[in-house]
Amino acid sequence: MRDPATTARPAAPGARGTAPGDALARHVRRLGDDALILGQRLCETVTRAPTIEEDLALSNIALDLIGHARVLLTRSGQLDGSGRSEDDLAFRRTEREFENVLLVELERGDFAVTIARQLVFSHYAVLHYTALADAADPELAAFGTRAARESAYHRHHADRWTERLGRGTAESHRRMQAAVDRVWPYTAELFEEDELSRTLVATGAVPSVAALHDDWAAAVTAVLDRAGLTVPALGPQPRGGRDGLHTEDFAPLLAELQSVHRQYPGGSW
Amino acid sequence: MTPRQEPAYTAPPPGPDAPLPAEEVAARIGALPDPELPMITLADLGVLHSVGITDDGRLDVALLPTFLGCPGLESMAASARAVLAECGHPDGRVRQVLAPAWTTDRITEAGRAKLAAHGIAPPGPAGDGPVPVELTAACTHCGSAATRPHSPFGPSRCQAVQWCTSCRETFPAMTVI
Repeated sequence: MRDPATTARPAAPGARGTAPGDALARHVRRLGDDALILGQRLCETVTRAPTIEEDLALSNIALDLIGHARVLLTRSGQLDGSGRSEDDLAFRRTEREFENVLLVELERGDFAVTIARQLVFSHYAVLHYTALADAADPELAAFGTRAARESAYHRHHADRWTERLGRGTAESHRRMQAAVDRVWPYTAELFEEDELSRTLVATGAVPSVAALHDDWAAAVTAVLDRAGLTVPALGPQPRGGRDGLHTEDFAPLLAELQSVHRQYPGGSW
Repeated sequence: MTPRQEPAYTAPPPGPDAPLPAEEVAARIGALPDPELPMITLADLGVLHSVGITDDGRLDVALLPTFLGCPGLESMAASARAVLAECGHPDGRVRQVLAPAWTTDRITEAGRAKLAAHGIAPPGPAGDGPVPVELTAACTHCGSAATRPHSPFGPSRCQAVQWCTSCRETFPAMTVI
């Protein structure tokens, strides 16, 4: 274990320079935050899934997501030259310094909400990571190739459960529809671009997420159709995650994620 | 389920007088058992990408992660570092490289045979196309081809659970990726 007293403080997260690597580093950190927070949220379902197979499935998916976060956060710390490790970024930032989309932090809800969130996120992830395989940064490109294939299993899992619940009993149908209605407004933020991401897209450094929206909507709509579920109307779309503005659900999740680090700063085993 | 085998690897005799050459180090790292599937070695699994020498003369071991979140990655790296130290390369380093992406196509014929002998259906071809998430694998209990996917997620991230319609047993099958 490192001695906490001698552990160097990481660079202040607010101190963002203007070097070209900084924009890409922040973009990659956002994607890492999405994967980390969704992985942490999914961990809550361990021992609470309806069957043991489902317990294994959700925990394996959470494991993949945390694996994705490790690669992305490590790369982010290399790109911005801060030397921050994956652990520095996961455990030493405060709530406002996380820039994940709101979708991934929403409360666990019932099993249907877990599946609905996995449905919309995994379809997005496969499309986005596949496009990321053409990124200029070789590490990101290699990550995209790899993560897209892993995410295809998550998508398959969510598709099958959406169909099963949508076409199951009246109660499972009602709850699955309510779950899709619950997460749907939050999907808009996945495809939003701000000045930072538009600049990166313009230079060809990263793929445009906005350009993926129509393919995503078509694919998710096809699953909902097969499941006998209705695509919700797009009402108000909550946003703010990319600017570090979170829902009330986020702080308790982060507190739990960072609790061991707070008790044993720098601890490792 | 097959009882977990004790790792086949035994520590080599201690302390060579001179550092061993890269080829010998590569062979020893390749002979390490996989932490989660100890019946096969890292060479069988195809995760040892290269053992080279850096500009400053240190040994450089590159490992390919199987799944990005695989909990065995740290253990593999630690075992490889121990081999480096035993072989007279305490300053050698172990890296994980993402390209080329590891795929189940890298598992050797010997590795596939060992998996099958331990009741784990070896993976079918992964190829470059979409991942075949619905596996087909012959039953490891009765050999029947009439099996269907039970769950794509099994006892470890790299294994799925398949169900045999002939003998009505479940069995693990390597996830194709």
